[in-house]
Amino acid sequence: MRHILSLLLENESGALSRVAGLFSARAFNIESLTVAVTEDPTISRMTIVTSGSDEIIEQITKQLNKLVDVVKVVDLNESNHIERELMLIKVSAEGDAREEVKRLVDIFRGRIIDVTEKTYTIEMTGSGDKLDAFIEALNTKLIREVVRTGVSGIGRGDKAITI
Amino acid sequence: MSKSKEILRGAEIFVRALKDEGVEYIFGYPGGAVLHIYDALFKQEEVQHILTRHEQGAAHAADGYARATGKTGVVLVTSGPGATNIVTGIATAHMDSIPMVVFTGQVATHMIGNDTFQEVDAVGITRPCVKHNFLVNDVSELAATVKKAFHIAHSGRPGPVLVDLPKDITAESCVYEYPSSLDMRSYKPAIKGHPRQIKKAVDMILSARKPMLYSGGGVVLGEASEELTAFTRKLGYPITNTLMGLGAYPATDRQFIGMLGMHGTYEANMAMHHCDVLVAIGARFDDRVTGELEKFCPYAKIVHIDVDPSSIAKNVAVDIPIVGDVKHVLADMIKALKENKNRIDKAALKDWWQQIKEWQDTDCLRFDRKTEVIKPQYVVEKLYELTKGDAYVTSDVGQHQMWAAQFYKFDKPRRWINSGGLGTMGFGLPAAFGVQLALPDETVCCITGEASLVMCIQELSTCLQYGTPVKIINLNNGYMGMVRQWQEFFYDSRYSHSYFEALPDFVKLAESFGHVGMRVEKTADVEGALKEALAMKDRLVLMDFITDKTENVYPMIAAGKGQNEMHLTSERELA
Repeated sequence: MRHILSLLLENESGALSRVAGLFSARAFNIESLTVAVTEDPTISRMTIVTSGSDEIIEQITKQLNKLVDVVKVVDLNESNHIERELMLIKVSAEGDAREEVKRLVDIFRGRIIDVTEKTYTIEMTGSGDKLDAFIEALNTKLIREVVRTGVSGIGRGDKAITI
Repeated sequence: MSKSKEILRGAEIFVRALKDEGVEYIFGYPGGAVLHIYDALFKQEEVQHILTRHEQGAAHAADGYARATGKTGVVLVTSGPGATNIVTGIATAHMDSIPMVVFTGQVATHMIGNDTFQEVDAVGITRPCVKHNFLVNDVSELAATVKKAFHIAHSGRPGPVLVDLPKDITAESCVYEYPSSLDMRSYKPAIKGHPRQIKKAVDMILSARKPMLYSGGGVVLGEASEELTAFTRKLGYPITNTLMGLGAYPATDRQFIGMLGMHGTYEANMAMHHCDVLVAIGARFDDRVTGELEKFCPYAKIVHIDVDPSSIAKNVAVDIPIVGDVKHVLADMIKALKENKNRIDKAALKDWWQQIKEWQDTDCLRFDRKTEVIKPQYVVEKLYELTKGDAYVTSDVGQHQMWAAQFYKFDKPRRWINSGGLGTMGFGLPAAFGVQLALPDETVCCITGEASLVMCIQELSTCLQYGTPVKIINLNNGYMGMVRQWQEFFYDSRYSHSYFEALPDFVKLAESFGHVGMRVEKTADVEGALKEALAMKDRLVLMDFITDKTENVYPMIAAGKGQNEMHLTSERELA
């Protein structure tokens, strides 16, 4: 099953490679990984999307907790949560396609953020599924470049993950 | 606090920090990147530097020192090849959770990343085989980093920590202050077990009809032998130790039924297979213990006590996990046992011991005692008798290691020192050196084979320099015995590259290094030779025992088999 793990870790050089190295060394799956510093400059927040049986997710969580740089690990799947991903996508926009792509972007509530005579660059956020659906809805021949950030996640409600 | 205002150079800060940490020995080898440090070492006398002949030897010596004393082993080597040469030593310590702090020199900070002479990314290379590692970027962080390194290395589940020291950092100056305490928000190892879990575990343990206690290296590392012994005696249950746990419970005690696992005793493995409640104490369900996981302990409810939560339910599902330091948890369990109103089913326990007795009657460790050619088991047995079970015994890896584990009965912890997890050939001699250095008045023996011994043979020279009278028992069968054994069993006796066509004359070799060499070729001469060697209190003696070339280690659980599917001997097949 797919799980979203939220981590707080020391904002130290090498912390990212410890996490990435752990996944490869122990043959755990990794679908996406995003990381950036938080409002506290000494702490980074990381979101990892992974998959595995309950036993494997438990082991991943324990192994992450064992890393000295990791302060906290929360499995967002254990309660209601929100996930978002940002995609930047450059598509050909000539002739009939120019109008068609614009309509699709509106339907998916994306934004065109750069325009040339031949292309649109579109910004879109949402769940990974929504971004997948947008890509599928487009004529694949039109797609020139896709950039996705991977998932960021946060719990619903008034509880916050803090140190 | 005038001292705390002292301004020192990085190299001096390093040495002072070691002093303040109470370090007596550092094992190392100099080189360009650590010359400032070596100069600082030269100017003081408190911290003693021990010069090995190879960086790997330094790591194993520090490791042996740590295993025998419980203190943290300290290593200092240069950058580049110095760092790569200790990786095997670090991985060895990591797999067996040995507290060690390794300092590597590094090229100057502004040169890092330029493929500089003797540059290697030591932090990157060692990341998967350390508990944690650091690159010191600023001299003002040096003292605190040393403090953190020692704290992490010896607390919780211990392990090696590496600190990479760029050369310019060791030349710069700042105010020296060694932190007296440390609080790391991201590192807080568990100590006490959860009381409710302990209560539940005790209920389960008392309800057992066929109980089994299985303890490992965690009890040795956690200094919990006394508690384990009290707990086990109070219950009257059978106990087995893993290879790493030998000595944590006295091997000559009648509740001890031998080591378990691939080359464990028949009775220990059968009792594991048939037990209804298994209590794992500071053990990690290693594959050499469990055999085929599908067939492991099919009837047992399992209690697992470990300081490392990630060890629990990693390989085997557990019914009652208890995360905590074994010493504390066992003490609490003894208390909980006294308070519990349930009683052990004495009749069931009697039947269980009767069953175990029948398994013990197979005499699974018997070997032919009537041969003129020396049986390796006999040598270990004699060594055990002559040293009264009180020697510190290191080993290398292979058949001799298993025979040492089977035939030397360890009654005390920290006496048995071997590379169980990584299985590092070449470990035994430098480790024995480290042990003897720490404990100059004790008898230290290295039980080895000719293949392992030559892997770090250069350390004979170190032993001479520091006058460490290690007794080397070389069980020389001319083969990489365990490889040969597997080739015999599983590859139709095609002995591919598992023998040597050119071996040194070990007697002359020992003599050329300034030691005593002895060759023993007949069973009748074994005892006399051992006596003679052990009597030479101040000399290193290398005893070359020419042993039966084709002797195999039994009993054995082959790969893919369950614990109840042991080979007893080549004649006495499956149980």
